[in-house]
Amino acid sequence: MEWLLALVIGVLTATGVYLTLRMRTFPVVMGLTLLAYGVNVFLFAMGRLTIGYPAVIDPAAQAYSDPLPQALVLTAIVIAFGMTAFLIVLALKARGELGNDHVDGLDLGKDELPLEKNNLEKEQQQRSKSIPQENKQ
Amino acid sequence: MTLLTFNLPIVTMLPFVGAIFAAWASTFNRLASAWVAATVTILALVFLIPSISEVFAGETLIQSWSWIPAIGLEFAFRLDGLALLFAILILGIGLLIVIYARYYLYAKDSMGRFFAYLLIFMGSMLGIVLSENIIQLIVFWELTSLSSFLLISYWQYRKDAREGALMALVITGGGGLALLAGVLILGNIVGSYNLSDVLAAGDLVRSHELYLPTLILILIGAFTKSAQFPFHFWLPHAMAAPTPVSAYLHSATMVKAGIFLLARFFPVLSGSPEWTWIVGGAGLITLLLGAYIALFKHDIKGLLAYSTISHLGLITLLFGFGTHLGAVAAIFHIINHATFKASLFMVAGIIDHETGSRDMRKLNGLFKYMPHTAVLAIIASAAMAGVPLLNGFLSKEMFFKQTLTAVYETPLMMVLPVLVTLAAILAVAYSLRFIHDVFFGEPMELSEKPHGPPLFMRIPVDLLVLICLAVGIFPMFVVSPILAVAVAGSLQTAPPEFSLAIWHGFNLPLMMSIVALVFGVLVYMYRERLFAWHERRIEHLDARIIYRFIFDRIVMFASVITRSFDKGSLQNAIAWITGTAFVAGVIGFMSVSSSVLGQRELLPVDGISILAAAIIIIASIMTVILHQKRLIAVMMLGVAGLIVALIFVKFSAPDLALTQLSVEIVTIVLLLLALYFLPQTSPKEIGYLRISRDVFISVLSGVGVMVMTMAVMTRDFLPISDFFLANAVPGGGGTNVVNIILVDFRGTDTLGEIVVLALAGLGIYALLQGLKLYAPARDEMGLGWNDDEHPQIMQTLTRLVFPLMLMVAVFIFIRGHNLPGGGFIAGLIAAVALIVQYLANGISWTAARLKIDMHWVIGLGLLLATVTGLVSMGLGYPFLTTTYTYLTWPVVGKFEVASAIAFDLGVFLVVVGATVMSLVQLGKLSDMSHKQQPEKAR
Repeated sequence: MEWLLALVIGVLTATGVYLTLRMRTFPVVMGLTLLAYGVNVFLFAMGRLTIGYPAVIDPAAQAYSDPLPQALVLTAIVIAFGMTAFLIVLALKARGELGNDHVDGLDLGKDELPLEKNNLEKEQQQRSKSIPQENKQ
Repeated sequence: MTLLTFNLPIVTMLPFVGAIFAAWASTFNRLASAWVAATVTILALVFLIPSISEVFAGETLIQSWSWIPAIGLEFAFRLDGLALLFAILILGIGLLIVIYARYYLYAKDSMGRFFAYLLIFMGSMLGIVLSENIIQLIVFWELTSLSSFLLISYWQYRKDAREGALMALVITGGGGLALLAGVLILGNIVGSYNLSDVLAAGDLVRSHELYLPTLILILIGAFTKSAQFPFHFWLPHAMAAPTPVSAYLHSATMVKAGIFLLARFFPVLSGSPEWTWIVGGAGLITLLLGAYIALFKHDIKGLLAYSTISHLGLITLLFGFGTHLGAVAAIFHIINHATFKASLFMVAGIIDHETGSRDMRKLNGLFKYMPHTAVLAIIASAAMAGVPLLNGFLSKEMFFKQTLTAVYETPLMMVLPVLVTLAAILAVAYSLRFIHDVFFGEPMELSEKPHGPPLFMRIPVDLLVLICLAVGIFPMFVVSPILAVAVAGSLQTAPPEFSLAIWHGFNLPLMMSIVALVFGVLVYMYRERLFAWHERRIEHLDARIIYRFIFDRIVMFASVITRSFDKGSLQNAIAWITGTAFVAGVIGFMSVSSSVLGQRELLPVDGISILAAAIIIIASIMTVILHQKRLIAVMMLGVAGLIVALIFVKFSAPDLALTQLSVEIVTIVLLLLALYFLPQTSPKEIGYLRISRDVFISVLSGVGVMVMTMAVMTRDFLPISDFFLANAVPGGGGTNVVNIILVDFRGTDTLGEIVVLALAGLGIYALLQGLKLYAPARDEMGLGWNDDEHPQIMQTLTRLVFPLMLMVAVFIFIRGHNLPGGGFIAGLIAAVALIVQYLANGISWTAARLKIDMHWVIGLGLLLATVTGLVSMGLGYPFLTTTYTYLTWPVVGKFEVASAIAFDLGVFLVVVGATVMSLVQLGKLSDMSHKQQPEKAR
């Protein structure tokens, strides 16, 4: 069972790291979320795995699962959410200020295919450019 | 508990609290902040006054509270004669400065900001002089550096103000670091960080092998702050500050902090040849250099700045003698310099204010326009020059006498009285120049006729000059008692015999004074040739050039290093971080000789677990593969998150499962809301080299983490959790250990975490202010959005479910102490309940019915959590200790009430507030973008 969980943690970490290395903000945020899952489960696993033990104090219980990592992970989950929320809003802000969602604020990264075939995207950008002028008038 | 057991921290903290009020008050009335500042200063004085009689009776008041006993940290205050003298100077002159500044500041200057900074600075200075713990002293020391930076750069739009402030910060902040190191060594030698112990351990320290490094490090701190050579050059540039700031910082406070340090550590560090050479040498050079340059400055404040440097050098030199009488003269001169220099700076401010210029080449004949101010200036500069019947004369006499004493001991020191007399000559010359150039001569041509200053701008000067006169004429009555206790406080023994008579007979020091006066006048009369020579030969030499050179090199060095790692690319930075973590991990594994995996017995695998693991692995890999199709990727991400919740269920962690489940919902909703405004797809990547590099890095990290997890999980360990398990019921009064840890045992951590969450929520709010984003007209498939924004079925259903969800939240909250649940989970559930309403009914509909500002909810939550902790402190327990009792209610029966529930309620409120605020702000954005959509896609 330990191997299975370690594998899950490993996969979550690997996929998380891969996505954080992407060039657009949204995948990076998703990657950080995956990484946060991995880290949380990892922290949790540091208390060793226990199956079927009671979670609360019970006079009849023989043993308990380790409550300390659980308490730490509980807050870690909530903080990870706070971080994700902040980052995604930061991504929105960057998009609003820079007009693109590249992590370095470029319209098109070095290793990216231009979006010319994708007319929708183009239409979107034109629309977003044209609207402020209309508002001014 | 009398006032005398806790008044010192109040005196210190009052200005800090007052600063908040001063800033706040200015939003109502421009002048209100000045009133606040004056009131706070007077209040601090009032709290200080009761202890004065104790100090004069020879007592040293020490008030301490344990802070972090394990590393010798105490929150400790001390009031002896020296501290009292400085506290009175800081508060007394501070009050005059507040009155003066009220009239000095221009209409466009922000009063609130000025007085808030000034009060913070005042509090920091009080902290330095009243600290018993020397680490605490350093904290306040750094605070003075920071707050003086704010004060000097008060006129932020001026380049010289910004540069001067930065220079002061770099020099004094750097000195602060050295001081910290010195104090840590000192505390280590003595074995205590309390001044009482340190001051008693002088012999131990001086004979210790680390004495010299300690001395040098502490002196660097003192010299940078007190503008001693070679760190003197920041002070003139700090003159870009508003004049009240200069008058305060450079007469009685900031620069005197370094001097205070010399006086404070005098019994510990002085009395060795190293002390004499370093302190005396720096003092002598500074004395001469400052006096020389002061003569050639055309700016009044520049002249006063260099004269300040020179006088600080004089005081340092006096301490450098290492004799008790030297210390007496030094402390006496501290008082005198504070009074005459503060008044002179104020006069400079008046002149600047009334004429618009501080250039002595332009100013002339002002006596005619402001005779009263002129008289004040004449008396104050006479004190500065050391003219008899004024306070400066008395301390200078003592100073001359000390230099002569040094000659009796080592005849080689014959050069000392000569150099000192030279400095005195220069002092007379520059004082004369200040008076003669500004107030006499042909009345100048000015577009506007200058006039006398407002009454209350002059009264502080009146008072200070009066003190100069009173001290100069009746020294025995006016200054002798406070001087005696201050010296006793500094030396930590009874003060030596000293006499403050005006007339000591016709002796050598008097001769030196006369020589200084006569030759000073001569130097001034023949100044033109001197000036010409100075401009030709010396003018271009400026210590700032060296500073600039070093500073630029350091900045260059730092940016080269930064640029070689950070190329402005996020991927690059992340690759570095991941790579470093990997290398660190490998080194960690290599350094352990035993096998990677331990011997612990493993749990058996079952089919369901394999299935769940397969799903989460597939889901996360699909998230990666499909990450360019963002909507589908989010769905995959959601699957992975849900399986994580199941993992927690499986391994006996119901609290975590509940939390993960509710967070998962909120996260996915959030990502979907955000995705609405972002491109629905990512561009295709073609850099196969980069992709394979990234795959390589991530697979390595994944394998590394996996091996590390296994290495830990296959080993046994000794958990510290037995303590929590054993004490949860008797100590925390609940059976849910996880919740007890959160709200009681590790309550302070939780408090920190909800603060982070609150900040994230507020940060999101701030980021989204004024942001305009335009939503796409069609979705990914090219279809228009549904016209029916709020489907009827969803509306009806969610309204029905809403009270039920809230009830679940309340239930989860209340049972949290004993069964899985608690503030975090209940908060998330309540937040989901609210968010669902917003989603189903729209922002405006819900906002009209739910008139609660989430800012208040967050604030209330933080307040509640903190106050709960403080209450337990107030009752004498550590911060956030739980107390509980059992109530017997009718019907319900025996019911437990724990104080932790109030803390948990705080957690609950912060979680609800921050979560709802983040999502609703995003939702508002989409509402707005809908309204601004010029045409709706059909």
